Amino acid sequence: MMEATVESTIEQSADSLVSRPATGERAPVAEGETVGSPFVDSPKMAMRNVDVFYNDKQAIFDVSMDIGSNEVVSMIGPSGCGKSTFLRALNRMNDTIEGARVEGSLRLEGQDIYDPKLDVVPLRARVGMVFQKPNPFPKSIYDNVAYGPRIHGLVDRRADLDDVVEDSLQRAGLWNEVKDRLNQPGTGLSGGQQQRLCIARTIAVSPEVILMDEPCSALDPIATAKIEELIAELSENFTIAIVTHSMQQAARVSSRTAYFHLGKLIEVNDTERVFTNPEHELTEAYITGRFG
Amino acid sequence: MDTSTLLAITAALAALAYVIGRGRSLSQAADIGGIRKLNSLPFYYGMLTALWCGLPALLLLVLWLIFDEAIIQALLIESLPADMRDLGGSELGLLLNSVQNIANGNSAGITNPDLLAAGQLLVSLRENSQRALAVVVLSGGLLFGVFGWARIRPQQKARFQVEAVFKIVLLLCSCIAIVTTLGIVLSVLFESLRFFQTVPFFDFVFGLDWSPQMAIRSDQVGGSGAFGAVPLFAGTLLISAIAMLVAVPTGLMAAIYLSEYAGSRIRSAVKPMLEVLAGIPTVVYGFFAALTVAPMIRDNGAVLGLDVSSESALAAGLVMGVMIIPFVSSLSDDVITAVPQSLRDGSFGLGATQSETIRQVVIPAALPGIVGGVLLAVSRAIGETMIVVMAAGLAANLTANPLESVTTVTVQIVTLLVGDQEFDSPKTLSAFALGLMLFVVTLALNYIALHVVRKYREQYE
Amino acid sequence: MNKSAEKTIDLVNRNLAKRYRAEKRFRFYGLLSISFGLLCLLFLFTDIIGKGHSAFLQTYVALDIHFDEEVLGIDNIDDPAQLMVANYDGVIRKALRDQFSEVSSRRDKRALYALISNGAGFDLQREFSLNPRELLGQTRTFWLVADDDVDTYLKSYRGSGEAFTGRLSEQQRGWVQTWVAEERIEKRFNRIFFTSGDSREPELAGIRGAIMGSLFTLAVTLVLSFPIGVAAAIYLEEYAPKNKWTDLIEVNINNLAAVPSIIFGLLGLAIFINFFEMPRSIPLVGGIVLTLMTLPTVIISSRAAIKSVPPSIREAALGIGASKMQMILHHVLPLAMPGMLTGAIIGMAQALGETAPLLMIGMVAFIVDIPGAVNDPATVLPVQIFLWSDSPERAFVERTSAAIMVLLAFLIIMNTLAVWLRKRLERRW
Repeated sequence: MMEATVESTIEQSADSLVSRPATGERAPVAEGETVGSPFVDSPKMAMRNVDVFYNDKQAIFDVSMDIGSNEVVSMIGPSGCGKSTFLRALNRMNDTIEGARVEGSLRLEGQDIYDPKLDVVPLRARVGMVFQKPNPFPKSIYDNVAYGPRIHGLVDRRADLDDVVEDSLQRAGLWNEVKDRLNQPGTGLSGGQQQRLCIARTIAVSPEVILMDEPCSALDPIATAKIEELIAELSENFTIAIVTHSMQQAARVSSRTAYFHLGKLIEVNDTERVFTNPEHELTEAYITGRFG
Repeated sequence: MDTSTLLAITAALAALAYVIGRGRSLSQAADIGGIRKLNSLPFYYGMLTALWCGLPALLLLVLWLIFDEAIIQALLIESLPADMRDLGGSELGLLLNSVQNIANGNSAGITNPDLLAAGQLLVSLRENSQRALAVVVLSGGLLFGVFGWARIRPQQKARFQVEAVFKIVLLLCSCIAIVTTLGIVLSVLFESLRFFQTVPFFDFVFGLDWSPQMAIRSDQVGGSGAFGAVPLFAGTLLISAIAMLVAVPTGLMAAIYLSEYAGSRIRSAVKPMLEVLAGIPTVVYGFFAALTVAPMIRDNGAVLGLDVSSESALAAGLVMGVMIIPFVSSLSDDVITAVPQSLRDGSFGLGATQSETIRQVVIPAALPGIVGGVLLAVSRAIGETMIVVMAAGLAANLTANPLESVTTVTVQIVTLLVGDQEFDSPKTLSAFALGLMLFVVTLALNYIALHVVRKYREQYE
Repeated sequence: MNKSAEKTIDLVNRNLAKRYRAEKRFRFYGLLSISFGLLCLLFLFTDIIGKGHSAFLQTYVALDIHFDEEVLGIDNIDDPAQLMVANYDGVIRKALRDQFSEVSSRRDKRALYALISNGAGFDLQREFSLNPRELLGQTRTFWLVADDDVDTYLKSYRGSGEAFTGRLSEQQRGWVQTWVAEERIEKRFNRIFFTSGDSREPELAGIRGAIMGSLFTLAVTLVLSFPIGVAAAIYLEEYAPKNKWTDLIEVNINNLAAVPSIIFGLLGLAIFINFFEMPRSIPLVGGIVLTLMTLPTVIISSRAAIKSVPPSIREAALGIGASKMQMILHHVLPLAMPGMLTGAIIGMAQALGETAPLLMIGMVAFIVDIPGAVNDPATVLPVQIFLWSDSPERAFVERTSAAIMVLLAFLIIMNTLAVWLRKRLERRW
């Protein structure tokens, strides 16, 4: 079955898929194909026929979709559906896992991310990532934020670095809470503050894309609300792909939503469409709470 | 009958008690309708009887062995003529010594009939004691064995009682660690206190001159400066510092490479090979340092026009450093792998290179653990004996020049204590004072290190 | 924002080369460290083997021995006492004089006699005692042990151009060369090294006594430390309540594991030798001291092995009504046994290589006799190495290295056994 799908999608052009009529009725779809509108015009990132393996186990099956500029795409699906794996493939974080292998084409503004000659360091400077559990470095708050600019050599003077740190913390909505204790360890903050610190740390490098892997799963509802607010603000300047466990969150923060199921991308559509009138029966089953 | 035969017979008796006790429980069970009517399995009744037989016998044996010398001595003194009995402690001790010699068959040169008679008495007392011991132990075992056997009832909670004994034995075994520490502290402290009665503590700790040989003459006991341990401390620190300069960077970098860069195949090949270095006995390193490394350094130094001692601190320190490399590397490896992957991900996610991640995130995060490991390594270097005994010198030079010969605390302990010693000369006792210093310092280092490492582990659990 | 993003990537790219150079350097340091460690290992082994391999061969000299009744001083061949004390050295000396008849002065004679080991007479006595009747009055060729100076000289002579002459005079070397020319010199497997005890004469010194001493010491250590260590581990893992006393025990065990070994020697000296007045130099005391030293290792590894038995096994046993002791003895212990044995072997390997504490309790004495029990005076292999390394004769250097090779061989065998046990028998849950 897999073989057939690979062959059939390889030849599909983006145009033909985009032009698929977005009707209210659920179109009969062949199993294994992604329904909805996975592709956009002039995408920031374009993924085609992506397979991810952990040693012999395949975790992602033939996923193709686009992420447009300055949009927030959320990825939802039941546990173990591969959404986090897919996200980690976007800035080659899977490289750090032994035995992980990614196949297919992943492009950032036309450039192949998995080109063996491509350097992951500048790639990750362009595609930053925020992780599920807040992971501040055991350093001061200031050093946490300054870490990225420092290693990449983005600023020459201390004063500029101070500006970058302040600006990033401002944008992460953390400045007022921490400005008096920048020299205290980042690990001493509360969970929600830690996660916002991690976001500040990521935007301090001014990436083009920010990947967020369930950024609120370890946080309480109030902290979650703050992060969501922050995502909405950030979406003005950054392209954001967010994996989330919470459908409400996806509905609140994203413009488009992708639904993953057992390693396959089932449906990509405007968020509103997904939550009101999903095209695929699996999507509907999920959002109506029949599993997940 | 000597003690080991007695032990064997006691064991056989206990085994017999097991069989009989088990048999009794079985026959009682037969009367009341099978084993299922017993409180416990027949095995436990047998074990209980064997314990009743064996434990009192063992206890008697131990008590007897502890007290028989004292009792025999008291009887012996009783038998001596009154004028001998009234002698002072040390003279009486000398007399008793010659009696001992007579009893052991070295009566040459002793003609005093009283002493010869005492010697005879001692021999017979010892024989009687052995015989009485056998009788007491065996009859005790038998008596209690029969008592235990008679107590067997189907309702008796044999299993419960056996397990209680089992648990107490386990507890006693685990307390040996405490007893050992206590033994170390008491033995070292006791002799050290005796030493500090002749040589003031501050003269010992802050004195700059170490020449214990001079103190043999009674008029110079405690002579100023003869027992100043500062040169030894300095020598120990110098050699340890050289060792740490070799071991810490090398061990740490090796651990980093193996845990962060090397593939699993290289890791599984190289790690055991490095650990071979840790398994080589220190005496081998000592030989290597004294016969290969030290001459090599001296010859190379001579080529450069340097005057290198053939027992240079450098040779001992270098070889000690090589010995400690695997120690540092495996401890660092543990703490580096304990750094959560999420921190590395965080750094990689920002586009840091691997070395940037290691230097700025992994190492700072692992620092407490690494420091703990280094402290343990320091404590090892300070306490290391054979390498310095064989490759470092005996002269107590107060110098920081690694090309000169220095001596260390452990070298002096060995030199002072190897061979026969008298336990009342300050020369011998000073070794225990050095041992006390060594113990206190290494204990403190270990305690801090283990504490730091444990705190570190908790942080990431 | 796009503009600033472009700026970012340009900045990143500008510094990239420098950062990758740093990365390469860092990796190189890592590789360098590992290579340094491995090179040290290689250097150590080649050095020891290079120095020690020649000790496994020993130079023998063929002499035509005439068993002269008069020289031997035997008048009644059936008297074993006479055979014991007969002047075997005399016949050897006579054979030497016969061969080099030009030697006349007392000093030269003594130089000639010095070429043959002092121990050669004992070998001759053993041969002669086998069938004295047949040999008496006869002349036979015997291979006799050469003195260590001859041995060292010939070994270095064959090895390189410049021979190490040591104490041999020009004249003595001449005699040796005569033997070489007559093919009366042969290097044979050094049996003495493995069959005799210590000796002041390098050519007669062997490691048998030290090996036996090590075996007895290790046996005492194993018999004491394994049961006690396992019992302590069981108590701490299965019974110990969480309280101050248990904490104290744990802290003590962890600290003892890192106390310098020489401190245990001080303990042994003060408590066992001085206070309990046990004899010096015996494997029993050595074994007890090493037990105290290795106990923490055994306890820690046994605890790890017990801990690795999953709780489900315990629950299953308790669930069908086994008592705690039954659960431990029937299920936990058998499953943890491979791990415990591995720990015990590692502890024993540590004890086998230990020297310092044994120096303290007098196991450094010069002991010729091979010990036969745990309370015979003995030395152990590492201490023998220490003693020999201090000896001035060059022939002892190669013997020391050879003894080290034997010691390392034992350690390698033990560690391989431990690794094999762990791989083969340990279950992965």
